[in-house]
Amino acid sequence: MAGKSDHAVDISKAMVVEPVALGDMLVIAPICITIIAGALLLMFRKNISLHPTLAFLALAGLVVSNSALVMRIMDTGPITMTMGRWLPPFGISFSVDLLGATLTLIASVVALAVSIYAAIDIDKVGRRYGFYPFLMLLMTGVSGAFLTGDIFNLYVWFEVLLISSFGLIVLGSEKVQLDGAVKYALLNLIATTLFLVATGYLYGTLGTLNMADITIKVSKLDDTAPINTIAALYALAFAMKAAAFPVNFWLPASYHTPRIVVSAVFAGLLTKVGVYALLRTLVMIMPAARDQYADILLFVAIFTMLAGVLGALAQNDVRRLLGYLVISGIGSMMAGVALGEQLGLSGAILYAIHSIIVMTGLYLALGVVMRLSGGRYNLAELGGAYQASSYLSAIFIVLAFAVAGLPPFSGFWPKVMLVSAALDAEQNLLAGVILLAGLLTSIAIFRVWAHAFWRSGPIGTPDGNDGPALEPVARSDRWSLYLPVTVLTGIVIALGVWPEPVFQVAGSSALGLIHPGDYLSSVFGGAR
Amino acid sequence: METALSALVGLFFAASIYLMLSSYTIRILLGVALLGNAVNLLIFTAGRITREVPPIIAPDQQVPDVVTANPLPQALILTAIVISFSFFAFLLVLAFRAYQALETDNTNQMRTAEPEGERVPPTSY
Repeated sequence: MAGKSDHAVDISKAMVVEPVALGDMLVIAPICITIIAGALLLMFRKNISLHPTLAFLALAGLVVSNSALVMRIMDTGPITMTMGRWLPPFGISFSVDLLGATLTLIASVVALAVSIYAAIDIDKVGRRYGFYPFLMLLMTGVSGAFLTGDIFNLYVWFEVLLISSFGLIVLGSEKVQLDGAVKYALLNLIATTLFLVATGYLYGTLGTLNMADITIKVSKLDDTAPINTIAALYALAFAMKAAAFPVNFWLPASYHTPRIVVSAVFAGLLTKVGVYALLRTLVMIMPAARDQYADILLFVAIFTMLAGVLGALAQNDVRRLLGYLVISGIGSMMAGVALGEQLGLSGAILYAIHSIIVMTGLYLALGVVMRLSGGRYNLAELGGAYQASSYLSAIFIVLAFAVAGLPPFSGFWPKVMLVSAALDAEQNLLAGVILLAGLLTSIAIFRVWAHAFWRSGPIGTPDGNDGPALEPVARSDRWSLYLPVTVLTGIVIALGVWPEPVFQVAGSSALGLIHPGDYLSSVFGGAR
Repeated sequence: METALSALVGLFFAASIYLMLSSYTIRILLGVALLGNAVNLLIFTAGRITREVPPIIAPDQQVPDVVTANPLPQALILTAIVISFSFFAFLLVLAFRAYQALETDNTNQMRTAEPEGERVPPTSY
């Protein structure tokens, strides 16, 4: 293992000696921006009127820097930046490919929308409790998880986003929030601990933590190594994070309890980080083990879609209904992971991009509906929102079309890709279930539209022109409530009618997962 | 050494899973704390363990000439300890607040967020 060496020290063989190109600093920029902004917001904790502006500026900066990162990666391929000058696999690396960069960009767009909406939705008490600092640190965790190239680091970023989400979910400390938070916190903590168990075994087996190095070493392993066990542990841990079928019960128990804007950011981002980690570990790092588990993943996908959408059909509380739709969407992404072909993975990635935007948009639009109707969220008690705001009802129906996967909006294309990938793989049952889930989703979501918007009043009042009027939103609040939903809906429409750029992004992201050659050579230089 | 530690890890896991299957939050929390320690010990065992060899490199050498313990698992465990300790502290406060607000520490009776006997959604339209 160790031996004497008499050669002179050549530092260039052990360390990174060239300075990092300025453009590559974009890799680390999301972490720096959000952590610095979070710290600043904490320092200004007594000056809470500054919080929304500061958070907006930081997140707008994040969107700009992430757009530049995506551009650069499209230009040059995956970028690796190594901390502490030690060459990989010894130094801790941030490795960004197109998949990670795109998801970071979408996440930052959503966070920007949420920060605008929260300026109205989060009151002074909530700000003093630290909504904006938590949001910033949540974004640190999310960006870190998408960008890191080291599997132990991935665990650390998971914990960063988890502890921030704990802060957000108990914001207000109402009874119902404490109840939801207990279940959310315990089950998510157990999931991340399982992830750590798997990482411990992986380190014991391979002796490395760098994802690129793991990918290479796993492909050279013999049959005796317990790689399938490790893959099973990862699959369980990340499926729990993503709320896939047998381990999804923490999500409907907790996602409806916090403030609606917190639910929006959770529904958009947190479960997708789990899906991203599944893609990274199962598809890129352990493809052989994924092939072994393809059948199980298929069942998980089918049952997640059905459990989610049937749960949604059974809900009277619209916030919980949307929570179940999040689960059903996770099922579609799991279908892509289970299929594993380029088309299926592209579908899953495209679905993740679509789902981040549309779920946040739906929760935010529901928040406006709740605001119009005096804080009510039960389907039977809603009504008359069309008369109160026809603009909002148009936005809601666009989002409803998108979440149900109907053309011409963003949900259509990933479904097309997933169904056609399923048919190519002769998984007719899966294709059927994807279509069935789309049908049932449209029933669930259009029922919300019909009751909340179309019907002129709650159930029990006569339906007609003389329904009880809803309170209009104050003129001063209108801008910051409607702008985020409008922007998100705009993206949904744009992705639907002009999907070509995202097709290419999703396609080459999926290709990068299946053939990670560029990713590996960005970590190890041209040597491999 | 590894064998004994592995057995201990197994014991820790068994005890923590047993505790986490309970429906009382305080037992679940003890289970979570134990699980964190089980994982730390697992990472420690997965690395290279040797006894009483200081990791000192002689001045004329590049690498130590004897096998020393692997320092990386210890760094990983240190990180994991800090994280799991902070989480445990948070969860303890959360469980106490939930006990105060909901007046129960039995998770089966915590039905505020998901009340029993909910109304079914309207079936009109």
